[in-house]
Order: sequence, then structure tokens, then C-alpha cells
Amino acid sequence: ARTSRSEMVRKRTVRCRSTASEDPLSPPSQRSRAHDTSTELQPMPTSPAMDVSLFSSPMAPRSVLQSEIDASSPLMYGTPSSRVEGTPRSGIRGTPARQRADLGSVRKAPQVDMHSEPVSESLAGSEQGAGQRLVIWGTDVNVGTCKEKFQRFLQQFTDPNSREEENAGLDLNEPLYMQKLDEISVVGEPVLNVNCSHIQTFDADLYRQLICYPQEVIPTFDMAINELFFDRFPDSILEHQIQVRPYSALKTRNMRALNPEDIDQLITISGMVIRTSQLIPEMQEAFFRCQVCAFNTRVEVDRGRIAEPAVCRNCNTTHSMALVHNRSAFSDKQMIKLQESPEDMPAGQTPHTTVVYAHNDLVDKVQPGDRVNITGIYRAAPMRLNPRQSQVKSVYKTHIDVIHFRKTDEKRLHGLDEDGEQKLFTKERVAMLKELAAKPDVYDRLSSALAPSIYEHEDIKKGILLQLFGGTRKDFTQTGRGNFRAEINILLCGDPGTSKSQLLQYVYNLVPRGQYTSGKGSSAVGLTAYVMKDPETRQLVLQTGALVLSDNGICCIDEFDKMSDSTRSVLHEVMEQQTLSIAKAGIICQLNARTSVLAAANPVESQWNPKKTTIENIQLPHTLLSRFDLIFLMLDPQDEAYDRRLAHHLVALYYQSEEQIEEEHLDMAVLKDYIAFARTSVHPRLSEEASQALVEAYVDMRKIGSGRGMVSAYPRQLESLIRLAEAHAKVRFSSKVESIDVEEAKRLHREALKQSATDPRTGFVDISILTTGMSATARKRKEEVAQALKKLIQSKGKTPAMKYQQLFDDLRGQSEAAITKEMFEEALRALADEDYLTVTGKTVRLL
Amino acid sequence: MPTVHDWINNPLAVVDGLFAQSNSSPDWEKKVVEYFKEKLKLNDAHTWVPSLNDVPLYYLKPNSLVKFRCMVQDMFDPEFFMGVYETNDLTSNSKQVKCGKYRDITVGGQVDFNSRNTVTSERQTFYCVPIPGESQWAKESYAGTSQARVVPSTSYVPNRHKRSYEEDDEMDTQPQQMKDVSQGTQSSAESHGNTEPKRQETEAPSHDSSSAHCTSSLDLNFPLPGEKGPACLVKVYEDWDSFKLNDMLEVFGILSADPALRVIADEREASLLLDPTEVTETVEEQRVHSPPASLVPRLHMLYAQPLVHNNPLLPSSAPENDGDHLSSVLGELASVRAELHTYLTHVLMGDSLAAEYLILHLISNVYSRRDVLPLGKFTLNLSGCPHSSPYTEHLYKAIQQLVPSSYRLCMSLHNMNNQRMVPRKDYTANRLVSGTLQLANNTSLFLDETQLEQGQLDATGVRNITALGNLISWQKVDYDFNYHQMEFPCNINVLITSEGRSLLPSDSQVHLRPTLNPPNLEEYLSAVQVAQIPSQLNKYRIYLSVARALNYTISDEITKAVEEDFVEMRKDDPQSMSAEDLHRLLVVARLLSLSHGQNTLSRDGWMKAKQLEALRISRTQQQKSVSGNEP
Repeated sequence: ARTSRSEMVRKRTVRCRSTASEDPLSPPSQRSRAHDTSTELQPMPTSPAMDVSLFSSPMAPRSVLQSEIDASSPLMYGTPSSRVEGTPRSGIRGTPARQRADLGSVRKAPQVDMHSEPVSESLAGSEQGAGQRLVIWGTDVNVGTCKEKFQRFLQQFTDPNSREEENAGLDLNEPLYMQKLDEISVVGEPVLNVNCSHIQTFDADLYRQLICYPQEVIPTFDMAINELFFDRFPDSILEHQIQVRPYSALKTRNMRALNPEDIDQLITISGMVIRTSQLIPEMQEAFFRCQVCAFNTRVEVDRGRIAEPAVCRNCNTTHSMALVHNRSAFSDKQMIKLQESPEDMPAGQTPHTTVVYAHNDLVDKVQPGDRVNITGIYRAAPMRLNPRQSQVKSVYKTHIDVIHFRKTDEKRLHGLDEDGEQKLFTKERVAMLKELAAKPDVYDRLSSALAPSIYEHEDIKKGILLQLFGGTRKDFTQTGRGNFRAEINILLCGDPGTSKSQLLQYVYNLVPRGQYTSGKGSSAVGLTAYVMKDPETRQLVLQTGALVLSDNGICCIDEFDKMSDSTRSVLHEVMEQQTLSIAKAGIICQLNARTSVLAAANPVESQWNPKKTTIENIQLPHTLLSRFDLIFLMLDPQDEAYDRRLAHHLVALYYQSEEQIEEEHLDMAVLKDYIAFARTSVHPRLSEEASQALVEAYVDMRKIGSGRGMVSAYPRQLESLIRLAEAHAKVRFSSKVESIDVEEAKRLHREALKQSATDPRTGFVDISILTTGMSATARKRKEEVAQALKKLIQSKGKTPAMKYQQLFDDLRGQSEAAITKEMFEEALRALADEDYLTVTGKTVRLL
Repeated sequence: MPTVHDWINNPLAVVDGLFAQSNSSPDWEKKVVEYFKEKLKLNDAHTWVPSLNDVPLYYLKPNSLVKFRCMVQDMFDPEFFMGVYETNDLTSNSKQVKCGKYRDITVGGQVDFNSRNTVTSERQTFYCVPIPGESQWAKESYAGTSQARVVPSTSYVPNRHKRSYEEDDEMDTQPQQMKDVSQGTQSSAESHGNTEPKRQETEAPSHDSSSAHCTSSLDLNFPLPGEKGPACLVKVYEDWDSFKLNDMLEVFGILSADPALRVIADEREASLLLDPTEVTETVEEQRVHSPPASLVPRLHMLYAQPLVHNNPLLPSSAPENDGDHLSSVLGELASVRAELHTYLTHVLMGDSLAAEYLILHLISNVYSRRDVLPLGKFTLNLSGCPHSSPYTEHLYKAIQQLVPSSYRLCMSLHNMNNQRMVPRKDYTANRLVSGTLQLANNTSLFLDETQLEQGQLDATGVRNITALGNLISWQKVDYDFNYHQMEFPCNINVLITSEGRSLLPSDSQVHLRPTLNPPNLEEYLSAVQVAQIPSQLNKYRIYLSVARALNYTISDEITKAVEEDFVEMRKDDPQSMSAEDLHRLLVVARLLSLSHGQNTLSRDGWMKAKQLEALRISRTQQQKSVSGNEP
């Protein structure tokens, strides 16, 4: 197999050899002279002399070289006017080329071009003939064919199924990239991003060439696109010539997979920016002037080094050339350190880092902390050695010259798109998942694969499973209702030591974007976001907290009851609107926090008191509780059969063999992929039949209570049902929500309500416990007390004011049930609300 | 044995020879590894290889074969190097193809970068440190088994020692320590007088201070403060994905300490000025990634053996390969256990229940994980330890004598607020800055809560407490990677000593109830410790390591019985027996069986475990009521 290293070396040898082979090959070019006059020689009267030397001296190739590479030569930078008549190329009309430092050592590609370039130029388009056989040295790329292919690709490629964000607003049935060219002519930003997978579907061979020889192929693409563009829009004015930036080379790899074979190839890797350097002005071309005869010459920088001319070509004086900084060409460069994304890492290893160089306008495009996909050319260079020693450190330095950045987390901040986290599954994997989904008992299978170490609690696991899948995201922004929440929130409450924390830990470890916090340890700031002054840059930086970080994931909050009220209050917005508003230190913004909340709360008393309602037991505001779709109680059932099974489960836990454990781990990986796949590719919609079932379910729920004069369901419950039904459809990989989904949603919802909203006094399920914090019977009793009090006051006749304590005692004496002070006060408040009386201090006044 | 000396003293010659034979077919690499593996397999060939752990670096010959017992502290980025390269000899104008594997620097002549024979290969660098908290006895014992004949290299001049004293202070503590070691073993073997250990005690801190002093110039990134010994950059050539952070390894490799590797600071700065574009590393990064070879030597790995334990008294291979050794240990296991129990009872001031639990704790081991749940951990909280008395220190010393590696963490406010416990990624230097909780598997972590006083915990303190809590509950440490956290599972035995119930979670709390009340606590404790002769101690050490590694099963019949029992217990009083209690009971039963050398749970064992738990719980409840009555 070919090692790229030797490949690279070979190319480099070409350069050395080309010095010798150039003269015969290069035609006595008109262009070089024209070019010389326009840029180099203009200020000087000695041009003829130079031209002579050009053809006579063996040192000439340098300047020939420069003239040859008008497409990418830095010489033209900034001198458009002089270039107009200088370029013979027809379509481009004097738009200056911009040097592509991202392609690295610029001279490499052009000078190998020479072998084919002159031919294609001189034969004036007859590439079909002899031109076809000519390839760039060391590659199999023929410039003419390559150009033609790429132009055909641009003109013909359509992608009717495109879901990419950039293509929004484009007619998907028209050639995609031609529309983008139109865009360029309007916007004037001379950069064309090309998706490599498009090229691959269009022409696999072209794609292969692009991947293997990016350094040669991309300039060819540049040429092609510019010809095409200026043919179409001859009059448009661009800052510089259009540059092609390929991205998402399908060879997308993680950093760990990079190996010596990737050197000099086009690669796409993902990672996180951890450090950026300051801007480095990198000399691209040094300008030398002879101090004796004032002869000028330019020397290109070769891998950070300048070969200083020892002899002046003009007057043959040795060591007379001096560098003139002002006339040398520089380009911007920035060093970026990229770290492997945490998801790509095998357990127990530390993340790798790679050095990335950004050039020109890509400088300062990314900040530390950004998640990016970068496309670029992987490079290796021998370590710089100590010039005094012949020994060499046998290690290469590697880096990537970036061609394209794509931020992967940007979309999370603005858009709804979930493509950013789309995991690439192999076909076999997808087939396997689909096969699993087709099984009738997939729902049970998955729920039992969830946290197998936790015993039973089947319904809770099912609830959490549905939470992991989530509902379908709907957008009603147009109609003014904003986003509907698609995430399912779940609260677990129950006795301490019923493995709630363990369940939370499991979920946290299962989902890619999970966060785990404890109510005791988290502050409002830690949950939401805070503004911090960066000590280095003195910039204000928004640091996001757990809720924002778990956007599109699950935020597990343990010890929910121990959270301070102010902290809890931020959850109100997050749990219904799914956004987080921040107004701090002059930064006012709304961040997305489309997170599911999985919370666990302990009862206020050490044990769950079955005689009290859920609200009374955990002492959480009902406004918050009503935002949970499902509230489960995890109680010790205290029943013999259960105990037996529990004991069996636990004992098994302690002696099961390694293999069985292995099997389960496999399950966890499958579960992870299953969820990821369903979340990204299944978007169920309600079927007619399902909507009917939902309506009926809702009406039924309301009916239950109406008989006893209470409201037993609110629209919020209906929304919960819809979400649960959608999630269940997702579990089945079904694009339609059907009545079985509604059935399960109903069942689960009822189950949860039965646990959490049963009024301990009556034994009925009473939704108002959760929505208003008080059961209907409690409210009824409150009213009775108030009425009794009113009667009492009325019986006293026309006394405008009464003593508070006196009244309390009277009421207690009169009523047969025990009346607490709270009840009395509540009754007073109720009467005050009726405007029947007012309480001032210790006296009660009638109105 | 001249042959031995060939492959130990000049392994590169072997490598080159095999490379030359191969005619550039790639399987020579395998052959090299095979060759050395074979050589090391020969009876105790590995003991002839000098160890970096106990031989000072300047006694070792560069490019010789050495071994290093270490823990992987950090993993650097992979690097590409010239696996095969061609050199041009300018004088003779001849070309030569050479192999660059196992070398840092090319040899001979000008390297021809454009040669077609060049092969680029990849290798990975690990930053390895000696096993943190390794007990003195383990070090001594390892050093004692070594048969390596370290001949000072010819360039070694006696007075160089003196000259290098200042610059190589770090290294210099080594021979001194070695002397101590030999004295220590002699003295403990000969006499058990009271004076000897005292002397060692007074010496220990002075070592610490001196090593702290010299590491300040170059932070060698040891997880624990006051550690010493060489750190090493280990270059790994194959299967580096199989190694994990915090793995204990015994690396056999070629030592490379070429002074050319040292980049002199001035020179570096000069190059900075010259060529800012070429500099991809910050100064900090360079300091970390290419430290002077005299302090951090390079080791080119030929072969590494993962260490299941670092107990020198046991064969380093997995226990099942060594049946007869195991059976001999198992034979006298019961008596050793009884002796150890008596010894620990004495150390715990006559509290035999606490001693029982301490044994269980010492052999506990996370043997498996079920999703997030670590199984087999047994964190013990010894409450009732006197506040701010030297007692806990003595207790720790006793434990230190028993386990191969341990660390005592004083939970003083100052420590909690200032110590870095969780390792943190330093992005400027591009390395993982170690913390106290970066420990190898089966390290005993002794948390001394009696040192904690009232006061304010700051943000670091809270983070540290949370980290300790996570460590105890889930046996994992979340390393801080600035932009995200990464979870590293660990297997650390945590023992907490406290006055009352510890503020940290624990699996089991035992309230210490001393039955002895010696007038002079310190004297009594040192007497107890000294009374143990080394051979006795060695037995304990072997016992603990063997018991921990035993396999364990529960038969179906016993499973049934346990189920019955659980149901029965819950019938009487559901509150007294929760699922959590059953969890604990199962762990106790497991450890109790293992401590008696039983591979499987017997009915008897189960009953014993229950009794033990009942005893412990009743004591805790009594304690509660007692303290409840107190004002």
C-alpha cells in the first residue's frame, strides 16, 4: 500500500527536480513578460535586463513560476488595476485572486500544474486530445478533466431531499450550486461551500481525487468556479476570486482515528476548540532588493523558511540582497487547539488534541469552547532540528490546515434542527434497530433494559423511557402560541433509599447530553447561566449552567425538595416555555433550554406519610408540580411477594457471572443508539383515529370528576397525553400516532395519577391536588368552616368589631370538628375575600 | 551471563539486528516484541532488569533495558515518527536504511527526508508516575527481589555525585533513601526496640520537605503531595488503546535519557523569537512535554504487564495461574485471619467488632459494575475516634503496614479548601494536572475527619466534598476538563474516621468502643505495632491481597434461603429491613465469606453476617440514644 508519507516526499522531490526540467517545458511565455511589467517591474526601468536574465539564467524558474500561477499567486493581491490587462484569462476580468494559505505551501500545486497547464492553455480547450493523459505529477489528476467535471457538477447537481439549513429558501429542484453562485453575485461573498457528499453522489472518482489530492484539486475547482461565475456574471465585482471550500468529507473521522495514512488528505474531524492563539502574520512571500543595483526579487516562503538569495541575479554581487518588509506579502494565520469531543472517547482515556491552523478570513471564526466540525488537510512536518547537529528528533509535527469550519453547537442556540447531533449509523446498525422496532414487545424490552439493576417499578421505567424519546416538536410561532413543549418532565418522589438517585444516575449516564445536579448543591446561577468576566480578555462571557447545557437532553435534579425557592422559580419558565431568560450585567437574552427534567424529591418528613397528599408530603408549590407530566411515587410496597422478588433480584445482582453482565452492557449500547436514532429520524404525527381517542380520553377524564363536582383534568393533562402518545409512537419507529399509543399514554398517565393524586381522605384520584395544591374535599371543608364562621358572626347580631381570639374560641366551641388556627385564619381570609369583613391586627371588623 | 547483558545492556543492537534481517518486511516489529517477551519469560529473567523505581537514574546506562512500576497519570497526543529512515553519510557518500523505532533521536549521518524508504509510524506517549501512595514496605520488598547488577556506567566518576548534588537533588534523595531502606529492613529484622521506629518517624517528614523543595522547580505532577521518585515518559508502540488512565503497569522498555532531548530554556526562547509561526506549543507545554531527560527519562516500551495488584509478596500474574501458591496461602488462612483479627483488635483498643469490620473493609474490592452501581465496595466509617489526638495517625500507620498503597487525607478545613483533589486539565500546558483522588485501583484512602473543625467551606471545599461523596457512592471521579467533565471509574477503599457520624456517606458505620484504656496511648500503640514481626506482617499482607482476589458465587439454594429470610424479616418489621439493608447485608456476607477463604456463601456465613450486622446496628442505636440524652 502506498504510504502517504513517501507520497509527500515524492512531491517534494518534484519541486527540486522541476528546477531543472522547467526551462524546456515552459513556453517562452507572453504572460510572464506581461505580468512582470505589470507588477514587478513597473517601478523599475531595468526590466529588459531582467527579461534577458530570465531566459538565460538557470535561476529563472522562480519568476516563471510566479507568472504561471496567476490563479493563486499572492503577487496579484491588492493590485487589481494592474492586473486587468495582465491576465490573459478571459472570464475572470481582473478580480484579484486571493492566496489560499489554507492549501499550505502554495507553490506546490501550481508548479506541478505546469506539466499540464501549458498544454491545456496552448491547445486552447482541446483537452480531449493529448491533454487527457497529462496528469499532475504524483497524482492521477488531469486539470482539464477535473475542471470540466466540477463545472458539470456545479451546473447539474440537484438535491431534492436536502434538509440542510444553508439550502433553506433555495429551489431544491434546480441545480443547487448554480443558485449559490447567484447568491454570491448578490451578496458578494466570494466563498462557495461545497458538500463533499454531493460530489460523491455525483462523481465518485472526482470525490476520490478531492480527498486524496486536495492540494491540487481544490485550486482546480477554484479555477473552474471562477470561469463559470464570470461567464454568468461578467459584470459582478468581488473582493477577490471565489474560493471553493469543501466540507464534510465523508471520511469524517474522530481525532483518534487519524493515522499516518491521512497525511496530505482532505479530512473532516469534529472536536471542541480549547485554545486559540493570537493572530500571526505569516510571511507568504519575501521581497528582496539588491543593495547594489536595486534589483528586486521575490521569494516564496517554503514551510516557514525563506531561501535568501545569495547572489543577485542582476549584478551577480554576492550577499547583497536585503529583505524589504513593507513590500513582502503576509497572510493572517491563527493556531487553534482542537480537542476530541467527549462523545468520541473510549472510556478511561484522556482526550487527544490536534493543532489546527486557520488562515485569512477563517481566523477568529471560532472561540474556545465551540464545538466544530473542521474540514482541512492533515499535514506532518519533520521537527525543526538544531542546525548544528546532524541528529534529528525522529518525530514529526502534525497539524491541520483548515479549509472549512462548521460549528455544531450554533444551531442548538438558534434553530430547531437536530441534525447537529445526528449520529452516523451504519446500515447494518439501522437495520438491526429497525428489526428490533418491528418486534411487538419492543416497548417492554426497552423498558426492562433500562436500569436493570433497579428492581421493578415497571411503570416508572416506562415513563422514563418515554421521556428519553420525547414528543414531536411542533412550532406554532406563526399563530402566536410559540413552541409547544415536546419534552416530558417526570418527578419521582418517595421514601429515601428507594434507589431514586440510582435511577437518575443511570439516566444521566445514558443520554449524551445529560446533566446531573443535586438540589442541595445547585444555585439558580448554577442551573441557568451566569455572566463572567474573562480574566484574560476582560470580555464578558456568558457561562451556561446545567439547564442550558442539557438542551435537547435530560437534566436530572436530585433532592429537588431541598432546592431553594429562588432556584426553583427559574424552573417555571424552563419547564413550560423551554427557554431561559437572562438579564444580567447588561446581557439580556433568551436561551433555549429544551430540556426534559427528571427530578427526585424526598418527603419532608423522613417517611412518606400515606395520610397526606403528595403536595403535603413533599411541600413543593403546585405551580411547579403541574408542569410535570408524570409524577410517580417510589414507595416500599411492603408485600411479601414483592419482597421475595426483590430479594431474588438483589441476590442475583451479587453473583451473576461476567458474561451476563456483558450482555447487559451490550443492551445499554443498543438502547443508546435506539434512542438516538428515534429522536433524530422519527417524527410521528397524530392520526385521525388517535386524535379521536385523545379527545375521548380527555372528555372521560373530565367526566370522572364532574360527578363529584370537581375538575379532574385540565388542558395541560391533554398536552401530556399527546406527548406521551407521540413518544410511544417513536418507540415503535412509527411515523403515525395510533390508538395503541394513546391507550398506553392513558394507562401510564392514569397510573401516575393514581399514585400521586389520590386524595388520602376520600381515596379518589383528584387532579386538583396537583393543579391547585388542594384536594376538592379539603376545599369543601374550607368553605364549610367559612360558612360556619359567617353564621356565627351573623348570630352575634350587629356588632361592627370583634376580638380575634374571642371569635376563634367561639367558633371552636360551636363546631364539633376540631378547628385549627390555620383553618380559622383561612376562613377569615375567605370571608375577607368576599368583602364581608376585614382583619386588622387583633380585631375583626364587619363591612 | 554475557547473553543477558547483551539484551539488557544493549537492546537496541538486538532491535537493529532483527530489523536488518527482516529486509524491510514489516513483521520484524512483532519479532522484536516476541524476542523480548521470550527473554523475560525465562525463569526470573525479569528480576535481572534494573528497575527505575529503586535505581537512581544516573546509575543506569542509557539505551539499556529497564523496568518501571508505575501508574499512567496522563496520556499525551499520539506522535508520528520516522519508523524507518535513510541516512546519507557525507564522508563515504553511502546511504543506509535505519530503524527509528525505540529511539528519540536519529543516529548517524544526515537524514534524507526525501527518501522513498521512509516509513512514518505512530506512537503514543504516556506520562507515568510511580504508583501513588505505595507503602514503604512494598517498595523495599520490590527492591529486595531485584537481582539486577547495576554497574555504574563508565562515564560515571565518583565526584560527579557531589557536583550534581544541587541540580539533581531529586535524584539524590534516592540513594539516601536506599540506605534508609536497607537500614530499615535490617533494623526491623534485628531488633524491635522502641527507638527504631521513632527514628524513622522523625526522618519521614524531612524527606517530604526536601522532595517538595526540589519538585517546585519542575512540577512532576504526582497525584499525592510529598511523593518522590522518577516520572517517566513512556512511548507506546502498539495497542495503546488497551491502556487506561490510572492503570498500574510494569513497563519493560529501553531507557532513553539523551541530553540532546533537553531543550535549553534560552535556546527555546530564541527560537520563539525567530520563528513564531513554527511554535505550536506554549512554553508551559514544552516544559511539560519535553522536560529534561535527566529528570523525566523516556522509556520506549517493549512490553508492559498490567499489574492487578502491587503487592510484591504475591506473584504479579493473575492468581489462578498460580495454584500451589494460592493453596498454601489458603491452608493457613484461618490462622492468619485470627492473628490479624487479634492484632487489629489491639490496634482498635480492644474493639473486636470494629476489627472484624476493618478486615472486611480491607479486602473489599469493586468486582463489577451494574449500569451505574459499583458492586463490592465497602466504605467503612469508624466513628467515635477521639478528636485531634494522634490516635488516627497511629491507626493509619498500622493500615499502611498492611496494604501496598494507601494515603491519609486529613480533612482539615485548610486541606479541604486548598487541596486539589479532582484532576484538572490544564489547557495551556496541555496536561492533566493531577489531584489527590487520582489513585490507582485498590489504594486505601484514609479520610481523617477528626481533623475537621468548624468553619466555612469555600467553593473548592464544597467541590472537594462532593467529589469525595461521589467517590464513595459511585466509585467514580469526575475529572475537570474545563468545558466538560469526564467520568473515570475507580476502585478505592475509603475508610473514614470521625468523632460522630461522618458527614460523608458510607456503606457501614461502626462506633468504636474501646475496652482498653492504656495510660499512654502512643506508647501502647507503638508497642502493639512493634510486636508484629515482619514475617507476621508479610502473612497479613498476603492474606489481604489473596482474600480480595478470590472468586465468589452464591448457590441457588442459598439464594432461596436468603429470599426467605428477607421476606421473614420484613414481615416482622418492614422498617428494619429495606432494600438497602439487604444490599449491605449481601456485601457483608460476601466479604465475610471471602475473609474466611470461602468461595461461596454458606447458610452459616449468612447467619454470621446477619449477627455481625445486628451487633453493629444495635451499637449504633445505643450510641444514638446516648448522644441523644446528652445536652
